Amino acid sequence: MAGRVSDGAIHHFAGGSRLTATIERKSARQVSKVDRFLTLIRVFLVTLIVVGILAFIAQQVAPENPFARWRNPDAVGLTGDQFKGLLMSGLSQGAMYGLIALGYSMVYGVLGFINFAHGEVFMAGAMTGFIASDKFSQTGMWESNFLLSLAIIIILAIMVSTLTAVLMERVAYRPLRESPRLIPLITSIGVSFFIQNAVMGVFGPSTKSYPQLPQWLSKQRSILTFEIAGTKLLVLLVAAVSMGGLWYLVERTKTGKAMRAVAEDKEIAALMGINVNRTIVTTFAVGGAMAGIAGILWGLLFRSVTHMTGFLPGIKAFTAAVVGGIGNLPGAMIGGISLGSAESIAPLVILEPLGVPGVSQLKDAVAFTVLVLVLLFKPSGLFGEQLSAEDRA
Amino acid sequence: MSGDGEQTVDRTSSEERVALLEFREVNTHYGAVHILKDVNLAIYPGELVCLLGGNASGKTTTLKTLLGMVAPTSGEVVLKGEVVNDKPISYRVENGVTMVPENRRLFKRLTVKENLILGAYLRSDKDGIEADLQYVFELFPRVEERLSQKAGTLSGGEQQMVAIGRALMSQPTVLLMDEPSMGLAPALVQQNFDLIQQINEEGMAVFMVEQNANMALSIADRGWVLQTGMVVLDDTAESLLANPEMRAAYLGEA
Repeated sequence: MAGRVSDGAIHHFAGGSRLTATIERKSARQVSKVDRFLTLIRVFLVTLIVVGILAFIAQQVAPENPFARWRNPDAVGLTGDQFKGLLMSGLSQGAMYGLIALGYSMVYGVLGFINFAHGEVFMAGAMTGFIASDKFSQTGMWESNFLLSLAIIIILAIMVSTLTAVLMERVAYRPLRESPRLIPLITSIGVSFFIQNAVMGVFGPSTKSYPQLPQWLSKQRSILTFEIAGTKLLVLLVAAVSMGGLWYLVERTKTGKAMRAVAEDKEIAALMGINVNRTIVTTFAVGGAMAGIAGILWGLLFRSVTHMTGFLPGIKAFTAAVVGGIGNLPGAMIGGISLGSAESIAPLVILEPLGVPGVSQLKDAVAFTVLVLVLLFKPSGLFGEQLSAEDRA
Repeated sequence: MSGDGEQTVDRTSSEERVALLEFREVNTHYGAVHILKDVNLAIYPGELVCLLGGNASGKTTTLKTLLGMVAPTSGEVVLKGEVVNDKPISYRVENGVTMVPENRRLFKRLTVKENLILGAYLRSDKDGIEADLQYVFELFPRVEERLSQKAGTLSGGEQQMVAIGRALMSQPTVLLMDEPSMGLAPALVQQNFDLIQQINEEGMAVFMVEQNANMALSIADRGWVLQTGMVVLDDTAESLLANPEMRAAYLGEA
């Protein structure tokens, strides 16, 4: 084929490749060590995942075959029901992460910084839920009229979390609106410590337990061959309704249009007559409300809350927001669900067959490995847009 | 929008020579830097006027002060006879002032329709908004074809149409335009000026800030020239075009 190409074309082609080679050599010289290190991590992680999954498949086919027993002599594999159970736990917990992640994503969208105190907004919701449900349980209403009590604690949690988020914006972030983005970021870490310690001061450091859930709710139900605890089903339902409501608000209402306009260009949004400050407050309020709902879901799923409850779910929800592409709302929800499923399934599907000891305690490691994977392979997230140079500045 | 056109004409006859928008001895500062120095301007109903000047002469600051994005340190910004120095942008938009910003600045991730509807953000008359949408489609049939597309996917010329349409959606009586020909393909520049003229002929006052002095003056009624924050020339477009000083400084290379 090369013989048919004219001299000019050959010349051009050669010139092109020489140019590319020069650029490659240059960039290789600039970042070689870091680059090689990152490639090494990429290869390592991908190998780990692929080998883990292959070993898992080998286990499933026949626990006696040599590949299955290569790393883990006690390999037993998972039954279909066990797998479905893991998936359901992962989904319900992931839906909760997703609801928190929405707050990270929305605030990032309008103000361009990560509000690390958002986990504390979630904790405030969970704490409110505990206080209210504890009172209900003392008066007996929790047992006699569970659904009404649940509705009330959800509303209370939404109110408290919304208020926390709005106050946070007003007191800590608005005065820093004009400063470089790093400053509100660091401030948010301070706000986080402040709220954690304030809650510890007021309510004490002990672990608080939500009252027992009614039997009819927590019993196993079977839906389309999936065995799922009623609680998890309720969590999924509440999360789906909240997400639907949020989608409607953002995509279909005037307030939502204003929020998206402010996220894109504050000056021009103001030119349209939009009150930018009020819209930013609304964004914090809506993100706070979602975190409040997530707080109650946490209470239902784990039935315990402390002043530190916001930390780990907060960081994981932030991870979920990054996985989905920060600033992208459906991305945050999908990121949450993927992260929840991954941390529920991966320990048994990938790590157990590799013979890693104590896999059930490696959920968090898996979650943050997912973060590392996304940052290594697609830093803008699954649904994130490539930031334009102007946005990055 | 057609109804609004008639209104504007009415106002012209009854309140003759009451400026829509006016600067009285306006001074502005950015920190210690003195930007506008005792600037006097007035835009009357139905006029097409332009503000000329080189880089850093204070043209953009003038627009920002007119809109209320920058507060004057002294002097008065007057909107239809009322001093509006400390009124927010939204007040001025509600009272008929709006701007087509430099480089169009559409909300690129929103659809064309959402962009247009946001132009009418402060209005709640559904029928009126619908009628004005139809007016914009009449003016720019291309915009109607692209209605559900994201604004960022449009070409420069189409974006300019949406930007003007978005501004018209707030039912302005005076339209401010910041560098309308900036960043447009040469072939579109003429078309763009024709359009501005057309909007003006329907009764809307247009205040335009332009680098392209020749083009701007060829369609304008009057013009001002800003130099380091001071109005150095204030005349009819014809005299400005004929002014030797002007020719040397701004029209020479054009």
